[in-house]
Amino acid sequence: MAVTETTVDTAAAMVTAAVPLADWLLVAPVLLTMAGGAIAIIFRKKSFVQPLIAITTISLVILSNIGLLNHVLTNGVVTMVMGSWLPPFGIAFTADPLGALLALTASVATLCVAIFAMNSIAEDERRYGFYPFLLMLLCGVTGAFLTGDIFNLYVWFEVLLISSFGMQILGNEKVQIDGAVKYAVLNLIATSLFLATTGLLYGLVGTLNMADIVSKVKALDNSGPVLAIASLYFLAFAMKAAAFPVNFWLPASYHTPRLVVAAIFAGLLTKVGVYALLRVMVLLMPEGRDWLASLIGLVAIATMLTGSLGALAQTDIRRLMGYLVIAGIGAMLAGIAVGNEVAISGAIFYAMHSVLIMTALYLLVAFMFQMSGTFSLREIGGLYIRTPLGAAIGLILLLAVAGLPPFTGFWAKLLLVAGALEADRGWVAAGVLVSGLLTTIAVGRLWIFAFWRGGNEHTMDGIQALPIAGSSDASEISWTIWLPLLALTALILVIGVMPEALMSISDLGARTLLDPTDYIGSVFGGIR
Amino acid sequence: METLFAVLIGILFAGSIYLLLSRKLVRILLGIAILGNAVNLLIFTAGRLTRDVPPIIPEQSYFPLEATANPLPQALVLTAIVISFSFLTFFLVLGYRTYQELGTDDLLEMRVAEPKKHSEPPQGY
Repeated sequence: MAVTETTVDTAAAMVTAAVPLADWLLVAPVLLTMAGGAIAIIFRKKSFVQPLIAITTISLVILSNIGLLNHVLTNGVVTMVMGSWLPPFGIAFTADPLGALLALTASVATLCVAIFAMNSIAEDERRYGFYPFLLMLLCGVTGAFLTGDIFNLYVWFEVLLISSFGMQILGNEKVQIDGAVKYAVLNLIATSLFLATTGLLYGLVGTLNMADIVSKVKALDNSGPVLAIASLYFLAFAMKAAAFPVNFWLPASYHTPRLVVAAIFAGLLTKVGVYALLRVMVLLMPEGRDWLASLIGLVAIATMLTGSLGALAQTDIRRLMGYLVIAGIGAMLAGIAVGNEVAISGAIFYAMHSVLIMTALYLLVAFMFQMSGTFSLREIGGLYIRTPLGAAIGLILLLAVAGLPPFTGFWAKLLLVAGALEADRGWVAAGVLVSGLLTTIAVGRLWIFAFWRGGNEHTMDGIQALPIAGSSDASEISWTIWLPLLALTALILVIGVMPEALMSISDLGARTLLDPTDYIGSVFGGIR
Repeated sequence: METLFAVLIGILFAGSIYLLLSRKLVRILLGIAILGNAVNLLIFTAGRLTRDVPPIIPEQSYFPLEATANPLPQALVLTAIVISFSFLTFFLVLGYRTYQELGTDDLLEMRVAEPKKHSEPPQGY
């Protein structure tokens, strides 16, 4: 079959036309963060330019993500392939409403953290690379949200994981190293399991492109291997998302790094696990999800109860927040367990809400620590008199995380409960509501102790105790704390009062996941 | 051939999980090293094993003339090797620093982040 001087028609394997300009938005966030991270490493020793580089880069990423979301909403799912190789040969980046929405939310949260870090990360720690790590973390997270290739998803997981290790041990204290050992080992095991399962999936269907996997899995005669692979994926991503009973690394480590680091971890990392579950369980292997639905439901309820009961039992505010992260993960899993359009939409809305609220709450903890000089619920107190605005922000954020109206958490939980009732899974709805009540009690206690009570735990009601040594006045709080805190609170308020626009996006995201025609069409047909 | 490899992978996984369940940090690190290799071998085997036929397209041809070895798992494994190698290096340093700072490699004694004695949450309300 020797071919002589004829030219080969590459159109069957490669994209021949130029990529439309708007499609470059798909890789822009990853390119920008990678370039920004590299530039920030070059200026590693010039600690004053690092925040400028990071904030400029992340602002550009936000703009490009807004453009991408707009592009996806007007033109449907968008695909761009690397090296012009047509899928399934090349690696495809595919943005659907779910990925684009989460990428945008993640970049907003990262911008808030980058501003907050300007004053809270000491100069020598900045020199150890806080900002490059932050940018590479965002790079990994956005890449994971936008990729359309399951092995590429693994690579992005590793990118964000290694950056998070660097941030976790920033400060080099005993607690941080202790926390890092548990965080790093368990996360690496989860990622290895993810990789092994991907190997099995490749052995089964012979492709790594997600759209291709969807159709190949559907065409299989024997569903046994798919169910096994789905179970393994569930375990791997549940571990990343900190679902019960593989959640113990989270409360052991999230209170140890710098608060600003904990804020971005709590905002982004576990949500990537939930995102991967949505992608794999709902899009790739709906059969596996149906088969595992009851188990996922039980895990979801156990996770919510662990989170809310754990939050009730804490003395350290940072650890309390860690348990609130876990409670939120349970709620998102409940949406996956129910699996109809309303519930999946609820899970997507909850993921977006959770990114914003958990980042904001850790910033609130940092604010409370500056005001009071303590993390202990026994010692803290008297903040209401000293900062009424701070108390108002605290009340809004804490009620939002508990899921009370009119804030974002309420709408997410409304969708979850409505979806569960529609699918005749009342027990999942009951779990969401009971966990909501327990969370409300836990955060209510936190607010009462920190803001309402006049001083530490021995203060009588109605008496204002003297401020604790090491605390500062509200006027001494830097704008780098106020600005991100106020911005996130305002965002949560505005979305809470006007949720329709975002709800329609999350509905669209759920529809695209449940009916993958658009997704497959974009990957295999939509390339010009 | 694949069956033989499957057994070998199973043994590697069993060994690594046994080491990961240990209390000593060094054994856990060894477990992680073996785990990475077990996973790589699994991916390699999942791509089906073909001996003696390298995936090289002969000159003046545009596609291989006979069935060749699958090149994709090799690319995947190469990526995974680089990643697991860098992680292992990080873990070795982390393990050494842990021993320096905490003075122990026993996980049950690493209670700095979560002390055994912690104050009870406040009562009231």
